[in-house]
Parts: sequence; C-alpha cells; structure tokens
Amino acid sequence: MSRLDIKTPDRAQMVVDQLYHDMERRIASSPPGLCPIDMARNFLNLCHAQTCGKCVPCRIGLGQLSTLMGKILEGRGKMEDLQVLEETARTIECTASCAIGYHAARLVLKGLEGFRDDYIEHIQNHRCLGNLENPVPCVALCPAGVDIPGYIALIHEGRCADAVRLIRKDNPFPTACAYICEHPCEARCRRNMLDDPLNIRGLKRYAVDNAGDVPQPPCAPPTGKTVAVIGGGPGGLSAAYYLALMGHSVTVYEQRKQLGGMLRYGIPSYRFPRELLDREIDSILSLGITVHTETHIGTDISFEQLHKQYDSVYIAIGAHTDKKTGIPGEDSRGVMSAVEMLRAIGDDDIADFTGKKVVVIGGGNVAMDVTRSAVRMGAEKVSCVYRRRQADMTALPEEAEGAIAEGAELLTLKAPARIEADEDGNAVALWVQPQMIGEVRSGRPAPKPADLPEERIPADIIIVAIGQGIETEAFESAGVPVHRGTIEALSDSTLPKKDMDGVFAGGDCVTGPASAIKAIAAGKVAAANIDEYLGFHHEITVDVDIPTPDLSNRPLHGRVNTTEREAGERKGDFVCIECGLTEQGAMEESSRCLRCDHFGYGIFKGGRKTKW
Amino acid sequence: MVRLTIDGRKVAVNEGTTLMEAAEIAGTPVPSLCYWKGLNEIGACRVCVVEVEGVDHLVTACNNQAQEGMVVSTNSPRVRQARRSNLRLILSQHDCQCALCVRSGNCSLQKMAMEANLLYIPYPSDIRRGNWDRTSPLVRQESKCIKCMRCIQVCDKIQNLHIWDISGTGSRVSVDVSRNRTIREADCSFCGQCITHCPTGALRERDDTEDVLAALADPEITTVVQVAPAVRVAWAEQLGLDASTVSTKKMVGALKRLGFDYVFDTNFAADLTIMEEGSEFVERFTHRDQYQWPMFTSCCPGWVRFLKSNYPEFTDNLSTAKSPQQMFGAVAKTYFAQKIGVDPHKMKVISIMPCLAKKEEAALPPLRDACGDPDVDIVLTTREFVRMVRSDHIQMEYLEEADFDSPLGTSTGAGTVFGATGGVMDAALRSAYFLVTGKNPDADTFKAIRGLDREHWKEAEFTIPGAGVVRVAVVSSLGRTRKLMEAIRKGEVEYDFVEVMACPGGCAGGGGQPIQDGKELAEYRGDALWAIDKSMKVRFSHENQEVQTLYQDFLGQPCGHTAHHLLHTDHHAWEMPLAPALQKQ
Repeated sequence: MSRLDIKTPDRAQMVVDQLYHDMERRIASSPPGLCPIDMARNFLNLCHAQTCGKCVPCRIGLGQLSTLMGKILEGRGKMEDLQVLEETARTIECTASCAIGYHAARLVLKGLEGFRDDYIEHIQNHRCLGNLENPVPCVALCPAGVDIPGYIALIHEGRCADAVRLIRKDNPFPTACAYICEHPCEARCRRNMLDDPLNIRGLKRYAVDNAGDVPQPPCAPPTGKTVAVIGGGPGGLSAAYYLALMGHSVTVYEQRKQLGGMLRYGIPSYRFPRELLDREIDSILSLGITVHTETHIGTDISFEQLHKQYDSVYIAIGAHTDKKTGIPGEDSRGVMSAVEMLRAIGDDDIADFTGKKVVVIGGGNVAMDVTRSAVRMGAEKVSCVYRRRQADMTALPEEAEGAIAEGAELLTLKAPARIEADEDGNAVALWVQPQMIGEVRSGRPAPKPADLPEERIPADIIIVAIGQGIETEAFESAGVPVHRGTIEALSDSTLPKKDMDGVFAGGDCVTGPASAIKAIAAGKVAAANIDEYLGFHHEITVDVDIPTPDLSNRPLHGRVNTTEREAGERKGDFVCIECGLTEQGAMEESSRCLRCDHFGYGIFKGGRKTKW
Repeated sequence: MVRLTIDGRKVAVNEGTTLMEAAEIAGTPVPSLCYWKGLNEIGACRVCVVEVEGVDHLVTACNNQAQEGMVVSTNSPRVRQARRSNLRLILSQHDCQCALCVRSGNCSLQKMAMEANLLYIPYPSDIRRGNWDRTSPLVRQESKCIKCMRCIQVCDKIQNLHIWDISGTGSRVSVDVSRNRTIREADCSFCGQCITHCPTGALRERDDTEDVLAALADPEITTVVQVAPAVRVAWAEQLGLDASTVSTKKMVGALKRLGFDYVFDTNFAADLTIMEEGSEFVERFTHRDQYQWPMFTSCCPGWVRFLKSNYPEFTDNLSTAKSPQQMFGAVAKTYFAQKIGVDPHKMKVISIMPCLAKKEEAALPPLRDACGDPDVDIVLTTREFVRMVRSDHIQMEYLEEADFDSPLGTSTGAGTVFGATGGVMDAALRSAYFLVTGKNPDADTFKAIRGLDREHWKEAEFTIPGAGVVRVAVVSSLGRTRKLMEAIRKGEVEYDFVEVMACPGGCAGGGGQPIQDGKELAEYRGDALWAIDKSMKVRFSHENQEVQTLYQDFLGQPCGHTAHHLLHTDHHAWEMPLAPALQKQ
C-alpha cells in the first residue's frame, strides 16, 4: 500500500467526461418548442443521478418530484399534484445539504412559476402547449428566414450566383450579412450535436465573394402606388427593395450624405469594406428606387407632408443619437460619442490620433469598433474602460480579443466617475472608481464599488460608447406614437393609432439598437404588409432549384473557420481584416451541412418556404 | 438517364426517380408504411430503408433519389435487421388486437408484419390510450396510430383544412386535433379523407351497424334503405370483386338479403334534387338582382360545413335545396309512409353513403321535417355496409340480382352521376335547359365540366336559349375549393352556378368508401358512374316518371309550398365552429 497515489481518471470516467461535453453541445442545439415539463423532468433526472445519496431530500425527494412530473406528463396528474410538487421542491430547497439537491429543487420551482400554464394544460386537457413550428434550426433562428440549407447546397455545387439569388428572396443584403451578420442561425445548428455548428456566415461570404455580378430579378408591373421610406439603412432599403420588386414606386428619404445607415455610419470598413457596401446598395437601387439624401424629416420636409403625399410610409430611421454617461466633465473638449466618431469615419472624415491617448467607455460591440478604429487612427495608446468583467461584456468575444491583439487595453471593473479637464477645457484624464463583481441581479452579476481609491487614467480623447437612442421628435410631434424613446409599432409593423393608417415602422427605431439582420427582417415584414395594405398580394419567389442532399455527410469533421490578417499588419489600416474561406475550405465546410430541410422533421413540415 | 445497380441488377431510370421507384423497376420492390406517393414522402417509419454502397447509414428509399453509379441493396443483412427492428418498434406501441379491428385484413401494418414473418416482439408493450369523443362520426384510436402523418398531410395538402397536427413533444408526440381543440370544437368537414389515407385502424367512421341490426330485428319497425350513387361502383371492392363488373342489382340483392323491407335508390332523390335545385337556379337566374352570386350546390354536407365555418358570408349563396339523402328521408316518411299506410314514427330510414359527413348531417336538429323524428335515422358508410354483408356471409357467386323497389327506386342517368365531380352540375344543366326551353339538350352537351382537375377547378359557359349565357364552375377537394372561394371573394372570377364536392373526385372518392392503401380510386369509380349514365335509357331528371308522379300526387310544384317545407332547409338554423382564422377577428 502506497501512502499517496497520483489521481488518474479511469477509462469509464474519461468516457463519461466526453459524454458531458456531448450533452452540453446537444443541449445547445435544442430546437425551440419542446415540452418544458418533459425537458425539466429530464434535467431533474440528470440532477438525481448526480446525488451522492447521503441526504433524504435529494436521494428520495428528487425522485419523487420526477415521478409526480411523469404522472402529469402521462395525463394522470391532478391539480393537487402541483401543490405537492411545489411543497416538496421547497422542502428540498431549504433542507438539502449541498447544491446538488437545492439547486435541482430550484430548477423545478423555476418551472412551476415559468411554465405553470403548461402544467395546467397537461393536467386538465392532457395536452401540451409546446409544439415544433419551424424545425430547420438555422432558418428558424434567422430573423429573415433565409433558406440556409438551400444556399449551402448551392455553394457546395459551385453555384454561388444561385446562392446569392436564393438569399435575396429573403434578404437583399447578402454581402453585408456575409461580412457582418451576428449569425444567430449558427446558435442551434444541429451539426453542433456531432462536432461544431456550421460556419454559415463564412460560407455566405464565400458565395458573395465568388458570385460575380448577379443581376436583380425584374420588377412586377407598376401598380401606380407610391411608398415613402424614411431612412436608408438596411431596414429601409430592404423594405424599398421588396416594394420595388412588387411594382410599387418607392422613394427613400435619407438624412445623411450617403445611404447605408449603420452599415456605413456604425460599422468600420475594416469589418465591411465600403466598396462592397456601395456595390450592394447600387444593386438594390438598380430596381428603380428614388433616393433623396441629406433630407431631414421635420426640417426639410414634414412627416405630415409625406403621409399625405404617399399611399404608404415606412419609418426606419434607426437609432443614431448617442447616450451620455452623465458624469462631471463630459462636456470637455476631446470627449466625443462613438456615434459621432463612426459617422465621421463613414463619410471618410478620419481624424488623426497620432500621439494621442484614447480612452473608450463601454463594453459592447460599438465600444470595440471605436477602440479598434482609434488604434487605426494612430493613437499612441487605446484603453477600453468597462464597469464589469471581460466575461460580462456584451461585445462578441472575438471582437474583444481582436482589439487586444491590435494593442488595445481592456481596463475592466472600472466605473467612470468624472472627466478631468485643463484650464482650457480640454479633457486630460478619466477618473474611475474601481469595482468588484457582486451578486447576480436579473441573471447577470452586478458590479459594486470596491474599497479602493479612485484611479486616474490620462486621456486626450475620451469616446463614450454606452448605447444609442432614437431621434423621435419630428415624428412624435406629428402624432406618431412613441413610448420610452422608441416608436411604437405592432408585430405587423403597423402603428397602434387610428389616424396613422398606412404608416408602418420597424427596425432599431422600434426595437432599440439591434442587428442588421433584424432590421432587414423588419423591412421584409413591412414590405409584405404594405403590399397587402395597398390591396395587393404579390408573392416573392425565386426559380432556383435546390440540389438533392448528399447522403454521406455524417463523418465527424471540425468547423472550418475564416482567418484574420496578422494583428500587427492590420492595425495600421482600415482594410478588411477577415480572410474568406478558400475553395477547399468552403467545399469541406459546405459538405458538413446535415440538410435539416430534407432529413428529420424538415421534409414533413416547415422545411422550405418557397415564397412569401 | 441515371444508371445504377439494385440487388445486382443494372437499371437505368429517369433523373429524379426515387430509390423506391427504381427498386420497383428492378423487380425488388421495397416495402413501405408511411409513404403515399406525392402526399407523404417523409421517411417517418424507416421501414423502406436500403443500403447504398459507400454511405455508412441506411437510406430511406421513398424520398431519396437514384444517383448515377449507386449500388443499392434492398435485402442486405443490415437492411433485413433494420426493417424487422423498426417494424417491431412500431408494433410495440400498436394495439395488436387485430381480431377486433375494422381494418383487419386490410391493414398495411398487419400485412407487413406478416410478410416480415415476425412472430414475437422483444420489447415490452407500450400502448397509449387517448381521449376521443365517440359520438363524433370520425373516430380516432390512439392505440392504433403509427404516426405515419398521412392524416395531417391529406388535411393540409389536399383539403387545406389543417384539422390534424402533431401534438406533444419528445416521446409523447402523437397526432391530435390541431390547436388543442377537440374534434367537436374544430371546423372539421367530416370529409373522412384522413380515414381513407390511414394505413391502420387508427382512424375510422363511427360504427352504426348495431343500430341498423336492432331496427331490422324489431318487428314493429318498417326499414327503408336508400343507397347513394357512388356506393354501387365501390362496394364490391372489399369483397374481392371488381366493382365495375358487379352489378347494382347484386347490391340490391344483398340489401334484401340483409332484411330491409324496402330498398330504394338515393338516385331517385338526386333526380328530385335536380327538379328543386334546377328550378331554384332558374328562379334566381331570372331574378338576378334579388340574390347573392354565384349559387352554390348544397348536396355535399362536407362542403356545407366548410362553407359555414370558413366562408360564412356566403351562406345565402347556397341552394336551399336539401341534399338528396335528406330529401329522400323527408319524402319517405311522408309520401311513402302514407302510401303504404305506415306510421312514420315506426319507420326507420337508413342510408348507405360513401360519406362521413352524411352521418352528421342526418343528426342535425333542423332536418326533422316529416314527422318530428329525424328524417334519416341511421347513416352507414359503404364500409359499414360491406361489413354487414360479410357478417351475414353473403356469397357473391350465389347472390341473386334484384331491382330497387318502387316508387322511390326509379332513377335516371342524371341522378347516377351525382356521385362524381361535375355530375350535379351536368344533371342540373340538362334539366335547367329543359325548364327554360321546353326542349332537351343532347345529354352530353355539358361534357366540359366532367372529370377531375388536379390543380384548380373546371369552368365553362353554356348558352341556354331564352335565358342567356350561364357561367359555371365545378370543383372537388376542399383545398381547391379554398382557391376557388378566394378567387370569387376577390372578384377575380365570376360564375352563376358552382358545384362543390368536398372529396377529391366527388363522392366516388368519398371518405366512407372502401379503402385500398396507396390508391386514389375516385377517377376509376367516377368513370364507372359516367358509364352507367351513358347506358341508361332516361338521362334527364325531369323525365323520371316516379318523380313526376310524386309532384302530381303529393308535392305540387317544384319549389312550391309542400316542396319548400319538405325539400328545402335553412342553412342558418344550425351552428358550425368557425375556422381559427375567423375566430381571431
């Protein structure tokens, strides 16, 4: 007998560890619409399997909870069972000795509160409220419902132009989305159950990079109806695009010098090259859309006038004003908002930060955009100051990592306190109060002041990137309903007000700052409903036949990622940092698609919408 | 062409051919359970799997295409094992009490289990029970459902009514009435297409044969049976005979053997319907501005249910004429009961119908015009009738031929074609022409509207001298009917007279007809009806002598006072659940 042994996991444990990883991925790929009670019960069973068995509440109680839930699921439950379930779970929560027990009980209690309706439906009507509505995960999660399995199959056959045409059926911005989409489609990719989700955005980029010039389809015969679109961003232009395809006469009113909205005035060109944006906008305008730039609603032309002049109006003004921190010294020279800075860059007015110390306040994607832009504008040092931890940042992890690689510093757990200025009113430093992470509030750990003195961060330029607001005044005064700073619109984009007949609104100005693809989807929804409002039912279709699926797409294969230019090289210019997939990479990546449109539920229901 | 090898045989097939079709061509057909060509190609049962060289998993033959150079095996050891395992899994959740099932002997699962020589199931039996309103004419038994999804598909794709849907998730997935409704809360037309597309006994009609047996056994009761047109060309299918060669007379013989006191023909009532509906149309047509247009036929209760639930604003467009079944009941319990001196309360009128909706129609409270009792007491589907013939061991080869009884058994070719799409319109136009001009047209003048249009509807214009041009349309299946109704609503089309039948191809393809898995028989049976019409001496409803006698002796004028009381109905007098889309508004 040796006195001590080095611990090595046995083979069974190693396999179980692997299974844990498999299950994590599997849970991540759960389709929406599953029965919450069934899922909760199976999670509970997993918890029960983890119990050591020492204590009564956990050893016996969790099993009894599962039995009760099973009874309800089988349609044998009674309303009294809900009370027993709740009392038992509460007892386990307050008597279990360790987290294995009390955390499991909390899961059950959360469910009793969160989906009580489902419990009652099962007990009273022996039915489930949940149902699988759109079973192709990527399509279901794309706000615009783009036919993703379809275009991936086309890419695999080398038919990139057809892929672009197929995408345009639901999204007139394939190039923009190929470069900057936040790709919610990848989140529940079923491939994740096997290895990794597909690189859908990367494949789309391969398609647009290799499609050449793809002409737009012809428009329907003119209807004689006129529509004004206020705002030339992705949402407004998407609505304009589909309305033009439907044969309506569309006029876009844009406040800035150029079209593109946040695609131009929010997203730096190192993420989305300007010439590609210009080309995409030109392609959309080729349908015959009239554009008035540098036209401000309220001063150049009133909303009422548009409402009177046009058969329908779509408000898609986005969220283009900045939000202030409210700290002392914010009005010092050298303090600017991210919106201001990115807007100037959008019009090629790029300031020189050579030799300057730049401090960015914020932790979102916009904060990263200005941080990385400041690096490119020659700043001597760029620091990004954030109240919470890096893990709590809302910016995509790769954005934060990219900024760090390019030499920016993340100063986390620092709350801005005040801005120090010299006697001429020039900002010279940002004072911050160090923070520590505290209790979880509304699902997120909240920071609180640490018992440490304020710190001084020297700064010549301070950029505030803590969110955007919406310029609603001109609309509010014209009677457009506004609630808490956003324009009020229903899910069909109409306004909940009688005298606003024919007026529609959507995108960031309704939801608050969101993503390009959400704005595009809102534009698509508005186009459909405006068409109906005008008394038509034009159908948007495309005559691209989708290749039959490959039968042998199951070998495990890692995800092929796009690459980036070397940090040291890219940080000196605004040229695109991402390198697209090679042909070899795109072919292998596209072969990984499991074709959920054909296999599984997709072939039965919801697999493909060929028109809308 | 695509060349491939199936079970060692080289075959060349057209591009787009499925592996299942290719295997058929190669002479080694692949069994299937959920598959229905063009309707349900979803690979749910996984019984049709085959092995494709170079592909690691087995591939469903029903919905994957043959590709150049494929080497396919339909009976490899792996395929045999998989097919047997999947069949056993299905059987582990199936109520295998075949002896007590209406589909025994005509069940795809039973047949396939037998072919696979399965003698035991290694899994514990896990039979689910559901809740179902057994008073509904449509009966669903969860314990027999194999979740092939055909019912959902036929209701979605053919009928466009979406009554069925997946219910539950995970292991509890099943089929149920959509939107968590019960069948009585739903806008189901009771067309019964889900039944005729079900591979097992999970869906069936409510069996009312015991009520019929009780009536036959009661010496106090006079039993009067009527047989719908489409029954005669389908009933013998399930007795192993070709319907087109087995005469109507043998069917009458079988009904007499069963012991019905009077065997009559719904075709008689169809001729009567033409007199009423044709006269109504001429009245409406010559007083155009007093009515909503177009006028719709009202003989299909599935269609009437659909219209009242999905297009209620068109209810007044329906002809007020009752369906032939109900006209028959009303006449039998008045005119005929008087004639034979029987108390109508002691008479049971029984119908043999190719239809489920007729069961529901007969039970409607307003349809009790003769004596206060239901005008029609019991409705059997063709299938229930066949089961009664079977129960009595009536042998086809020894069965004597017989004629319908008089007077309600006399009919014309025009009455016969009520059982096929276009038939009601054809018959109505033949007589409307006569009513206006006093002359018969050629009986085949209105040919253009006969037969099945799989995509849309049939339309035609006919000139009736003295009345003008009549614009007519004919449609069958509720999916195509919805397209037509939308076109009418939007003003894209305008018609004067529209015939609608809820089942594809009309009653010949009715939801109460014999089932042959995988086969759509409406056209075949419909052709047989048109052939009967052609062979009849009298092909005009207004020339039915017994119908004329009925008017002279009892009813008076078509659409007159008595006729109106007995043969017409108020479609507003009963409620239908509204379609979900209309409930929201």
